[in-house]
Amino acid sequence: MDAIRIENLSKAYGKVWAVESLSLTVRQGELFSLLGLNGAGKTTTIKMLSCLTSPTSGDAFLLGKSIVREAQAVKSVIAVSPQETAVAPGLSVMENLELMCGVHGFPKEKKSAKIQELTELLDLSEILKKKAGKLSGGWQRRLSIAMALVSEPKILFLDEPTLGLDVVARSELWDLIRSLKGHVTVILTTHYMEEAESLSDRVGIMKNGKLLALGSVEEIKRQAECEKFEEAFIRIVKGVSV
Amino acid sequence: MKILTLSRRNAREILRDPLNLAFGLGFPVILLLLLSAIQANIPVALFEIQHLTPGITVFGLSFITLFSATLISKDRSSSLLSRLYTAPLTASDFILSYILPVLPIAVGQTVVCYALALILKLPLSVNILWAILCILPVSLLFIALGLLCGSLLTDKQVGGVCGALLTNLTAWLSGVWFDLELVGGVFQSIAYALPFIHAVELERAALSGNFDGLLPHLLWVLGYAAVIMVAAVFVFLRQMKRQ
Repeated sequence: MDAIRIENLSKAYGKVWAVESLSLTVRQGELFSLLGLNGAGKTTTIKMLSCLTSPTSGDAFLLGKSIVREAQAVKSVIAVSPQETAVAPGLSVMENLELMCGVHGFPKEKKSAKIQELTELLDLSEILKKKAGKLSGGWQRRLSIAMALVSEPKILFLDEPTLGLDVVARSELWDLIRSLKGHVTVILTTHYMEEAESLSDRVGIMKNGKLLALGSVEEIKRQAECEKFEEAFIRIVKGVSV
Repeated sequence: MKILTLSRRNAREILRDPLNLAFGLGFPVILLLLLSAIQANIPVALFEIQHLTPGITVFGLSFITLFSATLISKDRSSSLLSRLYTAPLTASDFILSYILPVLPIAVGQTVVCYALALILKLPLSVNILWAILCILPVSLLFIALGLLCGSLLTDKQVGGVCGALLTNLTAWLSGVWFDLELVGGVFQSIAYALPFIHAVELERAALSGNFDGLLPHLLWVLGYAAVIMVAAVFVFLRQMKRQ
């Protein structure tokens, strides 16, 4: 079964189509990147797939569950790490993780085990007692992803996870995201071409709510007849026929 | 369990902000001390402790509205709520978690005010317990206002509307500082059409043991609390859907 099957998904805000007739599939365990300029429709797509906003038309099926008719079932298999860092600033790192365990109804033993597991996976032990609001951007993103992983999602949405991070923090997050490949289906949106190139199994390039290109980085470079992925991306979004 | 988790988080966010503690506890305490000191040095009965304390407890709750509204509006503008909206939580989980933890904070604030009032020579009586009990419906009114303002306004707007306007409305239209009959006229009519004076009169009636005079004020407070709570829940749900 595909992790995600999107069928003619559209979203309009007034007369403006943020996403128009989007159709694609994402395999289980795949890391799929959605690329596009600002306003391309990436975040709106993620919001629809994570049941944060309803589609105007069309549907998508996450592990067979409809985002239109089975939102609660979809929510039980997904997690989202939003574009902005989504942590409770007045709570410590440990308390943030406890919060997510609590909202997913984990019993005490499972909560402790999960926090321990994520602390080791994301190397959070040194900052467990620090207030989330006082952490650097890189650590906040790391915590944000840890919070998304608490629920053991089958599908993880990472909306611009490395936006605004320095080179080292970005590289560390890339390692973390790579470690998730194969276990979790990851949908990533990013503005950084090198990020998509380095991490993705496949990418989709969007512009004005429409999917312009779909395939692996190599396939897209071949389609655009470019040696560099960034050049291929620019060629595609500028509308040069490929 | 899920409501408890969210409530604990909301309580921590409120209580860990030093400004909240300064205004929520410090300000009512300073007012009680200051006005009692003034009373001790003037020949007229202007700020007698048994008259002043119920008013200060109600006035203090206007800060509870500010804290609650600020938390909700900040949550709305951050991505934390978006994250939580993708968790298997219901709308009632969110709404109750913003209401329930604020109630004990409001009662705690009232208890501190009455404890200080006892030190300032408020006669010890079982009526203090009734007054603390009567703060619950008043708290609901102010919590509902917080939920409404937090759902409607940005955190900057909350600062203006709740931090400046509501605290002043509560101060001037509640009879805390002066007898409204001294002003009379339209001012008094407006004040009695709003819930703040009734909240203070409810507290004063409970503290003085005037239980016959309690019911009309209680009905005013509960009526306003119910209407504002319904409006707040409606607006919150609409914002939740929009987000």
